[in-house]
Amino acid sequence: MLDDTDRRLLRHLLADPGIPMNDLAERANVAPATAWRRVERLTEAGIIRAQEAIIDWRALGYTVEVSLRFSLDKTVPRAFDEFTAAAREVPEVLAIETFLGRVDLRLNVIARDMAHWQEIYRQRILTLPHITDIEALMLISTLKHAEALPV
Amino acid sequence: MIDLDDMDRAILRTLVQDATQSAGAIGRRIGLSQPAAWRRIKRLEEAGVLAGRRVVVDREALGFGVTVFLGIKLATKGRVSLEDFERAAMAIPEVQIVQHVLGLFDYRLRVVARDIADFERVLRRRIMMLPGVGQVEANVLMTEERRPGPI
Repeated sequence: MLDDTDRRLLRHLLADPGIPMNDLAERANVAPATAWRRVERLTEAGIIRAQEAIIDWRALGYTVEVSLRFSLDKTVPRAFDEFTAAAREVPEVLAIETFLGRVDLRLNVIARDMAHWQEIYRQRILTLPHITDIEALMLISTLKHAEALPV
Repeated sequence: MIDLDDMDRAILRTLVQDATQSAGAIGRRIGLSQPAAWRRIKRLEEAGVLAGRRVVVDREALGFGVTVFLGIKLATKGRVSLEDFERAAMAIPEVQIVQHVLGLFDYRLRVVARDIADFERVLRRRIMMLPGVGQVEANVLMTEERRPGPI
């Protein structure tokens, strides 16, 4: 069970993910040793699943980012599993999400430029199994991306 | 644009999984001295490739059982209305992601809520009240998987 101290630590950690542990302790008003121990315990309990480095793909020359929304053929029992397994083989796929709604599945795909995008789209995406429909949203800009929760 | 060699790629792959590792620990894993690993990490940060950290939490365990992606089309367009919409959308605490996109919708939003009733409250009182909001499509997130990307 989470107590107020856990929640306070999480709130500050989510708001400022790179924060040094000593600063986190200070902001949450606990001793540094307590902050260490609590964060470790939250990680072991799986509340904190990961602390990942964020890669800015633009800095590596990937200027195109597309959100691809798929409908799959639901008459095929293993359509989701087979599609997902094939999508994992495409290196330019950054995320795979499944949904309940009009869209079944979404892939986040990056490419160096439009020519590269066309190559990926034709050779790697359109060849994925059990697709019945695809819609593309091309990313213009990300205005907000926060993991913070209103806790 | 920065060129990466195999060592840089190995460092990125390691940090994407766990950004809390020290330069020494990363060096040991991939066969570099602590100062050599540190210099490479520093270079990746300075080039903007390493762009901070993300803390991934078990949202459900923290009481946020519902994550919904919204596709929003504006009813009226023009520069002023975009800015009004963006400012208001970014200010909603339950809205974690705001992306301006090109395609079927104008914006993509990720919304977290405690449950479906809570989501309905956010949708009615916050999202539908956004300036210029038109058609809204909601898809409830079931699973998400982040991939390492082309490194």
